[in-house]
Amino acid sequence: MSLRILVGVKRVIDYAVKIRVKPDKSGVITEGVKHSMNPFDEIAIEEAVRMKEKKIAKEIVAFSCGPAQCQETLRTALAMGADRGIHVEVAGPQFDTLQPLHISKMLAQLAKDEQIDLIIVGKQAIDDDCNQTAQMTAALLDWPQATSASKIEAKDGSLQVVREIDGGLETIKVKLPTVVSADLRLNEPRYATLPNIMKAKKKPIKKLTPKDLGVDVSPRIEVVTVEEPPVRLAGAKVENVDMMVEKLKALGHA
Amino acid sequence: MDQIVDFNPEDFDVTVQPGVTRKGLNHFLKDHGLWFPVDPGADASLCGMTATSASGTNAVRYGTMRENVLNTEIVLADGRIFCTAGNGRRSKKSSAGFNSTNLFVGSEGSLGFITKTTLKIYGIPETMVSAVCAFPTVKAAVDVCVQVLQSNIPIARIELMDEVAMEMCNNHNKLDYEVAPTLFLEFHGTEESVKSQAKFAAEIADYNGGSQFRWAYETEERNRLWEARHGIYWTVLQSNPGCRAIVTDVCVPITCLPDLIAQTKSDIQQSGIIGPCLGHVGDGNFHTFLVFNPNKPEEFKKAENLASRMAKRALDLNGTCTGEHGIGIGKMAYLEKEMGPLGIEIMKSIKRTLDPHWLMNPGKIFSSA
Repeated sequence: MSLRILVGVKRVIDYAVKIRVKPDKSGVITEGVKHSMNPFDEIAIEEAVRMKEKKIAKEIVAFSCGPAQCQETLRTALAMGADRGIHVEVAGPQFDTLQPLHISKMLAQLAKDEQIDLIIVGKQAIDDDCNQTAQMTAALLDWPQATSASKIEAKDGSLQVVREIDGGLETIKVKLPTVVSADLRLNEPRYATLPNIMKAKKKPIKKLTPKDLGVDVSPRIEVVTVEEPPVRLAGAKVENVDMMVEKLKALGHA
Repeated sequence: MDQIVDFNPEDFDVTVQPGVTRKGLNHFLKDHGLWFPVDPGADASLCGMTATSASGTNAVRYGTMRENVLNTEIVLADGRIFCTAGNGRRSKKSSAGFNSTNLFVGSEGSLGFITKTTLKIYGIPETMVSAVCAFPTVKAAVDVCVQVLQSNIPIARIELMDEVAMEMCNNHNKLDYEVAPTLFLEFHGTEESVKSQAKFAAEIADYNGGSQFRWAYETEERNRLWEARHGIYWTVLQSNPGCRAIVTDVCVPITCLPDLIAQTKSDIQQSGIIGPCLGHVGDGNFHTFLVFNPNKPEEFKKAENLASRMAKRALDLNGTCTGEHGIGIGKMAYLEKEMGPLGIEIMKSIKRTLDPHWLMNPGKIFSSA
């Protein structure tokens, strides 16, 4: 097998950051806030790199859509072992209303343009939790899909994927070309090391516009308001169990 | 006070406030290909690690906090604030005046409060490979350690777990390691360097009767391997339900380690107490967890005495009564033996100068008398 893999990597607010809503409630504060690669996408890149190390894959193309800073995310993917990057630049208000469907259309077009055999993306992004991109991309391409993958094995020209589902684990076989989305237990990603970060600076990143891929990114949604979750109310202390039961009854819970 | 206040990746230094933890810092550093390697296991505060001169499994290669703190900001007992290496200074070395920074590293909060620490950071190793190897005796395992170091192999981690620890580890983590004195090793470097280091180390292990060499390459395999080592304290407690353990450590020159461990193990066996021996053999440092039932005061007494004899043994071998865990209250008596009366007097005179009213962490390390 000698696959060319396309991996989608999204630049999101770092998971360790405390999210703050803008005073005008139009969104969350992203200015000056630490961003990093979506953790599920790190897992996706790691899986692709391992497939290349096992000689199942021959080339890894990393793709990111967003403002200029997405180049940093792509550089991290390159430092982890991707061969080249594609940056579709979308900034400002258009970026704020970008939806998984836009990304799926871009992935689908790139898959055709770059002769991709396998698309791996993280199962969801930690900012929108959509869990839609892989599925819609597969539908647009009329490719099979293996989502929430926790193990991938290449066997006789197809992939055997173990999926994490509500009831437990499901093992399916998918023919190539296919779309896979990475779940948490697929692997533990490696760190980008200094020499690889240096080498990554020389790897190419192609810049494209949505128009180059024939994708219309005009907004399909309008963000009406973004609010913080309600402040947690203080609890009440009671003297003993009887009073607890009384209180519960009074509140209609018993 | 939980901010990373100064970060200079190309100078390999970073300054943090007390609320920044080791894992928090490493999460911040990883995208830059950097890390802070001092790894005591827990996700501790870095200023706390400075106050306790924390160490860990990586010390054999990267040093302890002593070797990695460039500067600290201290609030003294009288409220004055000063920086031990000068305000904002972060040079890798200096011959300017006294080494005040290292005075505070490990002072256990007794000389001042640390509000900033400037740390040396390192490039994340390109390749990390771990291995596990079983040996017929503790002596064989420690001999391997000595020989590996003598061969100038820049081993990143070399940890010993005795057969008592290995049995508990197997049962608790559902593993199938051989129940024998075992070395856990880790190699860092370029791919070629790690291959040759590991090959050489494997030959040394083989020569000393090592068997069942197991390798871990992928991140999750390595992490699982080291989890078993790092989690050993909880493993010990959970293997002995309802019990507590006296946790203690000592450190001696490496060549003295086989005798020290052999005598300690024999002492433990004779006492009937359960006490796994394990630790950082690369530094000549080992720990025991002496298990006792809190409802049986005679067991506690036995465990206490074992710990006491272990500390005395280490001192007799030109070592220290504590490699990592500090003096606190429990080891004050040994500090006197270790440093001698003049050593204690000098420390007290420094304490009196910096904290004349004895406000900072009183009752620890030495008495106020």
